[in-house]
This record gives sequence, structure tokens and C-alpha cells, in this order.
Amino acid sequence: MTLLTVDDLVVEHRTPGRPVVRAVAGASLSVAAGEVVGLVGESGCGKSTLARAVCGIGRPASGTIAFEGRPVKPLGLRRRDRALTGVQMVFQDPYASLNPRRRVGDQIADGLRAAADTATTPADLLDRVGLPREFATRYPHEFSGGQRQRIAIARALAARPSLLIGDEPISALDASAQAQVARLMRDLAVESGAGLLFISHDLSVVRLIADRIAVMYLGKIVEVGRTAEVWADPRHPYTRALLGAIPAPDGAGVLPAELPGDVPDPAAPPPGCRFHPRCPKVMDVCREREPEFGPVACWLHEPA
Amino acid sequence: MTERQTARSEETAGNGILTISDLTVAIHGKEILRGVDLTLEQGRVHGLAGESGSGKTMTGLAVLGLLPHGARTRGRIELAGRDLLSLAPKRLNAVRGAEVAMVFQDPATSLHPMLPVGRQLTEHMRHHLRLGRAEARDRAIDLMRKVRIPGPEEAIDRYPHQFSGGMRQRIAIAVALACSPKVLIADEPTTALDVTVQAGILRLLRGLCDDLGLAVLLVTHDLGVMSAVADEVSVMKDGLVVETGPRGEVLREPRHAYTRALLDALPENARAAEDAGTESSEVEPA
Ligand SMILES: Nc1ncnc2c1ncn2[C@@H]1O[C@H](COP(=O)(O)OP(=O)(O)OP(=O)(O)O)[C@@H](O)[C@H]1O
Ligand SMILES: Nc1ncnc2c1ncn2[C@@H]1O[C@H](COP(=O)(O)OP(=O)(O)O)[C@@H](O)[C@H]1O
Ligand code: SF4
Ligand SMILES: [Mg+2]
Ligand SMILES: [Mg+2]
Repeated sequence: MTLLTVDDLVVEHRTPGRPVVRAVAGASLSVAAGEVVGLVGESGCGKSTLARAVCGIGRPASGTIAFEGRPVKPLGLRRRDRALTGVQMVFQDPYASLNPRRRVGDQIADGLRAAADTATTPADLLDRVGLPREFATRYPHEFSGGQRQRIAIARALAARPSLLIGDEPISALDASAQAQVARLMRDLAVESGAGLLFISHDLSVVRLIADRIAVMYLGKIVEVGRTAEVWADPRHPYTRALLGAIPAPDGAGVLPAELPGDVPDPAAPPPGCRFHPRCPKVMDVCREREPEFGPVACWLHEPA
Repeated sequence: MTERQTARSEETAGNGILTISDLTVAIHGKEILRGVDLTLEQGRVHGLAGESGSGKTMTGLAVLGLLPHGARTRGRIELAGRDLLSLAPKRLNAVRGAEVAMVFQDPATSLHPMLPVGRQLTEHMRHHLRLGRAEARDRAIDLMRKVRIPGPEEAIDRYPHQFSGGMRQRIAIAVALACSPKVLIADEPTTALDVTVQAGILRLLRGLCDDLGLAVLLVTHDLGVMSAVADEVSVMKDGLVVETGPRGEVLREPRHAYTRALLDALPENARAAEDAGTESSEVEPA
């Protein structure tokens, strides 16, 4: 069952006196129940803006977002929690998402209340994220970054979401805790039948946990596919560049290939294919016409 | 101490610029480092891996004299023949920043948000190298060019938030290099970065070793990163170095069971094992 459908979504950021930034520029994506979709792409390509739009934060300029068959309407921040408990988000910074002055058990209880769950206790949830039950009476500052992120996950799960979104949920953690927390999110989401949209710049972790992978470049999804297939046979030149930049742990001492240039300014994207100024395979058509199709948005892979 | 006997540090001894021997650190009575031996050489990258809490960061901080309050230290940390642990705090301050510098996972740790990046570069140089204003500015522009920040003349007047994450980390490296240190300790310097940006930073670090003869201690959990730039690799566990050797040997034929487990737990290997329907090891990549 398709849980989330994002279709041709456009989201713009407007700052007075500055050009409009089209952070999401016609992106399409879906997540099914029980499925883990990894969203990857360089910093600034629009991953967070997309995730926030799915939560009802920010008003899309065009396109549609449907959650469980119903359109997602933009909501005021304050009303979000109650109206959209079906979608829960775990952010990069576990410090920012927990209230420092309240015991973690009380914060988890908020989620249980939202889901009208009287059978589960905060301690049960701590148990599920691999923390001792007695931590419920402690405050956020008493925990390490990794433990705090587990608490944020416990709180998100308490609301019984059908879609869990992690926006770089592991990148602020100690390197050694990253894979553990990512797996935990995957296991808990899949166990409860929820979908997981996992946003990360760490490709090897995404490979470890995602069923499907969506590659984003400058506001657009440029390639979607089953993780194993994309890994074995990346087709979009940008996907190839990304995977090619991952150094192999083979002991050979080979420096990874550099992708020349930076992500261009989304306020002034290049005409035609947005990747063309950095693409090693660029052709004439790429400079003029945008490849607006899937699953691989590239003129080399135009569907027949 | 049988674990330490597998270390092969003797083989590489000789032209070490920084030699850590039998380093023990205790905080509140708990031994965090239990006799670390490690040698860094000029122009070489020494990779340091190990699970969370094994003492990698503490080892780096000990070299810089930046251990938390109440830490008690024994052993020797010799930089070009001088024992840093027996230096007076004032002398150690002079060494730190000028001869040994550090870069962290989060560039925000190294950069002040409210100061233009140029000031952060020149202040270091004026303090440690006693350079004049104009001279320091020229050198700052030079450093920015060296770490490949476009338009360095203009860029030095900008603030950290006006750069991307990858550029901020390059600038943090430039600040670390401001006083031409002999040793750079880089603790997970690319963990927060995109792989495409990481590739650039790794090439930069490698180039600094090759061109300037810098000795680098590269702390990373990413054995791919290790494999790309490290010459020697050490692996820590519970406050001890349990394996040291040339990159190819440690990554291809690890001697220590723990190192083997670490390699098996790599996302790529774990995934391969899962795809093949076998159970992967319980040890997470560290
Ligand atoms: N400020 C501190 N006070 C007391 N103990 C500390 C402090 N910082 C770290 N420790 C302890 O020192 C040990 C080594 O920590 P260290 O930070 O060096 O680990 P690490 O190998 O860098 O781990 P990671 O991969 O998670 O960064 C751990 O047991 C840790 O709990
Ligand atoms: N509140 C905002 N106001 C203006 N521009 C923004 C805002 N948030 C993000 N942007 C811009 O939108 C683009 C996409 O940002 P973001 O969605 O945060 O990317 P990612 O999460 O992939 O790193 C970037 O160019 C960023 O600078
Ligand atoms: S459309 Fe052209 S420029 Fe764009 S990725 Fe494909 S080949 Fe490269
Ligand atoms: Mg983001
Ligand atoms: Mg550390």
C-alpha cells in the first residue's frame, strides 16, 4: 500500500530582497507501508525542504503531497503535532528536538497520549530503543548524543506514526554510533508496519538499511530504484559520481574521484539538465532541454 | 597486556616526529587509556580506528594537552625529541597551535561563528608567529588558496556561515595549518561531509603530507577513508592499540580478531553478508 505520494512538488523559499530559492523543483517520490526509502544527495540539494513539506511545514508552490490517500495541507507549527501524528520526524540534532527541562519519560508520554495509547508506558519504549527502563526519570542532558537520539526515536514511535521521517538523524552522532541508530530506526519502523523515509548523506548507511533509494540533485529526484540495483548499476551520471566518490576499504590506497564544481545555486539553476555543468557525459541536448522523466532523469536514459 | 604484543610499532620506529609511548590516562580513577603506543612520521598519514569509547579522541586530546579537568596522565609523548607531558603549561601552549594542531568532526568546533574567517587565520599567526598585520593577511590568503577556497582575497572577509559545510571544514584545516604545524590531528574530519566533498578533503590531506611533510593522525571509523589515505593503520580497543601495521596488511589480513570483526561489520560487508543470507557479526563499525 502506498503511504506517501509526492508528485511534481515545488517548494520555494522567499527571503525579502533576495531571489526566490526553488529548493524543491518538481520532485516525485513514494513510500509504501513497511518500506524504507533512502533519500540521498549533496548538502543543500533540498532534502530537508522536501521532508518538511511532507510534514505540512511550508506551503508548496505547486504539486501534490498525499498521505494515506489524503492531501497534506500546510499547517501552523503549533497545530502540527495533533493533526499529523501519523507522520513523525526525527531531526539531526537531538538536543534541539528534546525539551531540556522535562524528564524524558514525560516527553515520551506526550506521544503515547497523542496516539491514545494507554497500554504502553514510556519505559516500554525506552526498552524498545535499547535503553534501560529507569532512564525515564532522567533529563536529556544526562545522556550522550547517541542515547539522546534513541530517546527522540522513542518519542516519535510513541505516537504510533504510519510514516517515520529521519532527516539526517545520525549525522550528529559519534561516528561509531551511526550504523547502530540507523538500523534501530529501520527495525522499529518495519516491525510496526510504518514506512521510513531516511534522509542521509552517508551512502553506506543508506545502503545498509534502505529498500529503495532516491537520489536528489538540486531540487529534483534524478534516479530512483531498488537499493541493490542502483548500487550494482547506477545509471544517472550524478549517481555514478556519488557512488564513485565512496572510497573502497580494500587497502589499496586509491583516492576517491572528485566531482568537479559545487552544487549550483538553487536560485539560479543551470538551464536544461541541472547537472550539465558538472556532467562528464554532457551532450548538446542537455544544455537546452530538461530531462523531465523517470526513473532516471537523464537524456542518456530516456524511456522508449 | 598480551594484546599489545601484536602491535608492530617497532618496525616503523626511527624517523618518528611524534612518539607516544605507554600513555596512560585516568579520569576520576577510571583508566581510559591503558598504555597507548603510537608513532607518527613526517609526510605520512597514520589512521586510527576503533569502536566508540575506545579512546581515539582522548589520545588526540592528550597530545594537545586538552584532556578534561582532573585527568591524570602517565607515559611519554615525544615531539621532535621533547616530552610534551613534562612541559610547563605555558610552554605546552606555545607548542599547541604552532607545532601540533587539531581538526574536529564538526567545523563549528574549530571556527568562531562571529569572526570573519580571515581574522581567525591571522590571529593565530600574529600570536604564535608574531607576524605583522599585512604579512599575516597575505599568508591567510595563501592558506585559503592552498585549501582551495575560490576567490580567497574576498573570501577571507566572510563569516563561517557564509560557506558550505565542506568549505568550512577546508577553512578549519587552513586555521589548523596557519602556523605550519609538524603534526595535524584530524578527528573524523570528513564524517559530517558529503562523499563528493570528502573526496576533496582527503586529496587535500594527502597532498599536505606529500608536499609539506606534515604528519597526520587521522581518526576515522570509515575504513574506506582509511584505505584511501592512510599509510599506517592502528586499531584501538578499550584504551589500547591492539593492532598496528601498513595499511594494506591491516585491511587485507588483519591479525587481531577485533580488527577482523570491525571489517566484517562494515556496512558493505554486512550488506553483502545479508544479501547472501548469512548472519553478520554483532560488532558495529566503529
Ligand atoms: N570528559 C570526559 N570525562 C570523563 N570520561 C570521558 C570524557 N570524555 C570521554 N570519556 C571517556 O573516555 C573513554 C574514551 O573516549 P573517547 O572520546 O576517546 O572515545 P573515542 O574512541 O573517540 O570514541 P568515538 O568513536 O565515539 O568518538 C570513554 O570511556 C569515554 O566515556
Ligand atoms: N528557510 C530558508 N530560507 C531560505 N532559503 C532556504 C531556507 N531553507 C533552506 N534554504 C535553501 O534551500 C536549499 C535547499 O535546502 P535544504 O532543503 O535545507 O537542503 P538539504 O536538506 O538537502 O541540505 C538550499 O539552497 C538552502 O540554502
Ligand atoms: S542529461 Fe545530459 S548532462 Fe544531464 S546527466 Fe544526463 S548526460 Fe549528463
Ligand atoms: Mg538538510
Ligand atoms: Mg571520538
